[in-house]
Amino acid sequence: MSAANQLAALIANMFATGLLDDQFQQLQMLQDPSAPNFVSEVVTLFCHDGERIIGELAKLLDKPTVDFDRVDAFVHQLKGSSASVGALKVKNTCIQFREFCQQKSKDGCLKTLETVRINFYELRGKFQTMLQLERQVNGFPPNN
Amino acid sequence: MAVVASETPFHVLAVDDSLPDRKLIERLLKTSSFQVTTVDSGSKALQFLGIHDDDASTVSVHAHQLDVAVNLIITDYCMPGMTGYDLLKKIKESSSLRDIPVVIMSSENIPSRINRCLEEGADEFFLKPVQLSDMSKLKPHILKSRCREHYEQEQQHQQSDSNSNDCSSPTNMSSSSDSSRKRKAEDNEEILPQKNRPRHS
Repeated sequence: MSAANQLAALIANMFATGLLDDQFQQLQMLQDPSAPNFVSEVVTLFCHDGERIIGELAKLLDKPTVDFDRVDAFVHQLKGSSASVGALKVKNTCIQFREFCQQKSKDGCLKTLETVRINFYELRGKFQTMLQLERQVNGFPPNN
Repeated sequence: MAVVASETPFHVLAVDDSLPDRKLIERLLKTSSFQVTTVDSGSKALQFLGIHDDDASTVSVHAHQLDVAVNLIITDYCMPGMTGYDLLKKIKESSSLRDIPVVIMSSENIPSRINRCLEEGADEFFLKPVQLSDMSKLKPHILKSRCREHYEQEQQHQQSDSNSNDCSSPTNMSSSSDSSRKRKAEDNEEILPQKNRPRHS
């Protein structure tokens, strides 16, 4: 299968399995010859941002007394950026996460953090494959 | 000949602490033919606009800022430190900035929040993620504020013309124009039409 076909299949799969929503299509529509790397730039920023936030959440939830307001603020950030890139599954997990913050449930928060982590890294892996395939489609050899 | 104002790209200042969101709003604005500056906080926005936090009520625009006309400010609501609402208030408190239209963005659809912003003088409220279709709502606010600005400029010119005559000329000599003239004297650093002259191509 050509890189272009693989890329199309991957993206279609990400939509079909609920990893991505319409908003990702909005991003694709904003990419054009004047901004040829827009999608990969936003996706890369999201991945770095997400990793940073998950790290902060882990630290905050590791404390004997949890500052739920701060946890909520970080989850709100991640929810926002996932919404902006069309990361549906991660966004929905963040919504659940915020409910546990409201309830001040450390247990609920820890469990949901794990889910966020799994969903985020699943998405990130696919985004990385997407960007690799895109590079191939644009004529660059695959990274090893 | 008269310059066609619509050929001048409008300059939008976008404020958002989230990096992916900043990238997105920048792209949306550029796609819609705006010139864009992005900053990551309310205090940086005020700095860019030439206002310092502590003397927002004082007329204190730095000379070099006069070349950087900002036609609209779009800001996220939820930001650490200074929120979009706080920024909005500071802008409206500033005699040099208060006529710049302000748009608030938020990922949360909270009616009381939206109303609070609109009451404080925000021109528009966008729910995030902001869409390309939202961009078409921006230009009307810019044009409206520029019409107001031109009107006030004309008022001032008419005033100075009629003052130099012995007879009163048929210009607007009501008290409202006196107060607008007085305001103009305070606001002489306000964005003048020539600042938005067309770019050299």
